[in-house]
Amino acid sequence: MEIDGAIEQQRELNNSVMCQLSDPEGTPLGPPLYLPQSAGPKELVQMVNKLLNNEEKYPYAFYISDQELLVELGSYLTKNKVSVEKVLTIVYQPQAVFRIRPVTRCSATIAGHTEAVLSVAFSPDGQQLASGSGDTTVRLWDLNTQTPLFTCKGHKNWVLSIAWSPDGEHLVSGSKAGELQCWDPKNGKPSGNPLIGHKKWITGISWEPVHLSAPCRRFVSASKDGDARIWDVTLRKCVICLTGHTLAVTCVKWGGDGVIYTGSQDCTIKVWETSQGKLIRELKGHGHWVNSLALSTEYVLRTGAFDHTGKKFSSPEEMKKVALERYNKMKGNAPERLVSGSDDFTMFLWEPAVSKHPKTRMTGHQQLVNHVYFSPDGQWIASASFDKSVKLWNGTTGNFVAAFRGHVGPVYQISWSADSRLLLSGSKDSTLKVWDIRTKKLKQDLPGHADEVFAVDWSPDGEKVASGGRDRVLKLWMG
Amino acid sequence: MPQGDYIELHRKRNGYRHDHFQRKRKKEAREVHKRSQFAQKALGIKGKMFAKKRYAEKALMKKTLAMHEESSARRQVEDDVHEGAVPAYLLDRESTTRAKVLSNTIKQKRKEKAGKWDVPLPKVRPVAEDEMFRVIRSGKRKTKQWKRMITKATFVGPSFTRKPPKYERFIRPTGLRFTKAHVTHPELKCTFNLEIIGVKKNPNGPMYTSLGVVTKGTIIEVNVSELGLVTPAGKVVWGKYAQVTNNPENDGCINAVLLV
Repeated sequence: MEIDGAIEQQRELNNSVMCQLSDPEGTPLGPPLYLPQSAGPKELVQMVNKLLNNEEKYPYAFYISDQELLVELGSYLTKNKVSVEKVLTIVYQPQAVFRIRPVTRCSATIAGHTEAVLSVAFSPDGQQLASGSGDTTVRLWDLNTQTPLFTCKGHKNWVLSIAWSPDGEHLVSGSKAGELQCWDPKNGKPSGNPLIGHKKWITGISWEPVHLSAPCRRFVSASKDGDARIWDVTLRKCVICLTGHTLAVTCVKWGGDGVIYTGSQDCTIKVWETSQGKLIRELKGHGHWVNSLALSTEYVLRTGAFDHTGKKFSSPEEMKKVALERYNKMKGNAPERLVSGSDDFTMFLWEPAVSKHPKTRMTGHQQLVNHVYFSPDGQWIASASFDKSVKLWNGTTGNFVAAFRGHVGPVYQISWSADSRLLLSGSKDSTLKVWDIRTKKLKQDLPGHADEVFAVDWSPDGEKVASGGRDRVLKLWMG
Repeated sequence: MPQGDYIELHRKRNGYRHDHFQRKRKKEAREVHKRSQFAQKALGIKGKMFAKKRYAEKALMKKTLAMHEESSARRQVEDDVHEGAVPAYLLDRESTTRAKVLSNTIKQKRKEKAGKWDVPLPKVRPVAEDEMFRVIRSGKRKTKQWKRMITKATFVGPSFTRKPPKYERFIRPTGLRFTKAHVTHPELKCTFNLEIIGVKKNPNGPMYTSLGVVTKGTIIEVNVSELGLVTPAGKVVWGKYAQVTNNPENDGCINAVLLV
């Protein structure tokens, strides 16, 4: 009836909710607002843009108590039975402006290595690709023609890890014989003699961020013999040796504030300062080997001044300035967060600048955690484990969000796309899988490798994915 | 063993025999041969215990020899490049789960192209019908002889229900029904206990295949999902064929070899 219709309409208009918008760290944005229940994410985006006085309309995602808001407020309330009496806190998260297309097909299978491919890395600008292998060579590949470019010979044993400098000028590789070699990526020739100092094999390499020193000179390497060494490429020698761990150092990361984090098999994580090599803090808590470390600002530190726009820089000072801007924007006011994955099946979320006790303990995996990685915007943490699952956690609080199951073998390595919307995982069962973060489901299955996949990497410009494994071929995947 | 010191006293007072040291030396030289004779002759538990002790002595001797051979000079880091390169995160880990990783399916594709499966047991002894079936007499006067009971191992499947007993011609006794088989992978030489999905072919005839009789040489299909195999197309393999290698009715278990 008409009258009933009118009353219904009025009732609908009267049904509004008290909402308080707040940013991920908890600071509220504007006063509490009375929003109609028909308001959905689109209207909320407009409101947030207006309140923040943004010139361009940026995309945002909204979360109510850690669950994403995809439908109107009204349907969300009825589904979750939230009472209208209390003020509803809606957390908004800025999303990347650009969108990466998911990779779907293998565009090239490039043979060249004569032994298993152990590590794969794109340069920070995404233009070059390097891979290290068990045949003791490092190979550089041309991405435009998808063919081999240079073969860098010089190591005596398997090349275990490679790392690009954040300005793209140097490539360093570490081998099982404990030596490091610096290469010039433009012509594939070694930049000097091998750097000797470690007594056992190299487990990880990390460069000093561009915003702390440009052009890039120093990097730190971790080894099984229990110490980490800081090297200078221009002086071609070891400047500082960080000793203290009693067992092998499994991973090392150079943080954005100028400290070095090392995780070791002796179950501790040590924080060192870089001018003199002194130990600042020791983070204890794990019950077994620390396998992997990740920093919330890691992606920005790796890509340096380059971003998805593909700009080229004329001088190191300009690069340093741009990198510093990007770093500060990424970090915000919050201290740098560190997550560590261990053989004791758990992960810890730390804020090393604040306290030496962990912020959260993230349990749930049923086998050892092999690789942890923060998303490029620092919002999520992904962990790959030998229990065949990849788990997604909240990047600020460490709460569990979702588990991605689908692999039938241990998951070895993961990699994020540059817009933090897609996650890639490579496993022992020879497949790679792309997971969608928004729907928390499998987006694409990438079979094709004949044997275990040891290393995966997503290029910083989001166009290509490279993967290598025991079958000795390098596969390039495109959208 | 002397309980007092009278032997020593005698030696102090009267000295040793004139040939004492020579005899002692020769006796000790013969000890080695005597030990070896005893080791070869001793039987039973005595022999086993002695053999165990002797082995422990041998291992200890080998270790001391190796220790003496080690030079005190500092050794260089091993120079030779080994095969089977693994990334840094796998270096300190033993590959105990390596047994579960199977060889790639390129070999399988080649075989499929050839069109024939070379099974491990190409020929089997044919089983006669009177060996396979036992006549069961039924009826009020036990004169009717149309029922048969199968005397070999069978597989029936989880959704099997018997026909009404009055009309059932072939009886499969529950004691001879099996659900699992011990399947060996021929290349890795490790055995898994896998569920049987079905009987594919019995070499003695299609009637036995349809009855589900499992004898030596039968091809069965087993559930291999616990091995974690993936085809090159990315699909998970969960069923594979295996050939039975023993006589299950004699052993009480089905042993099979996986056909890869």
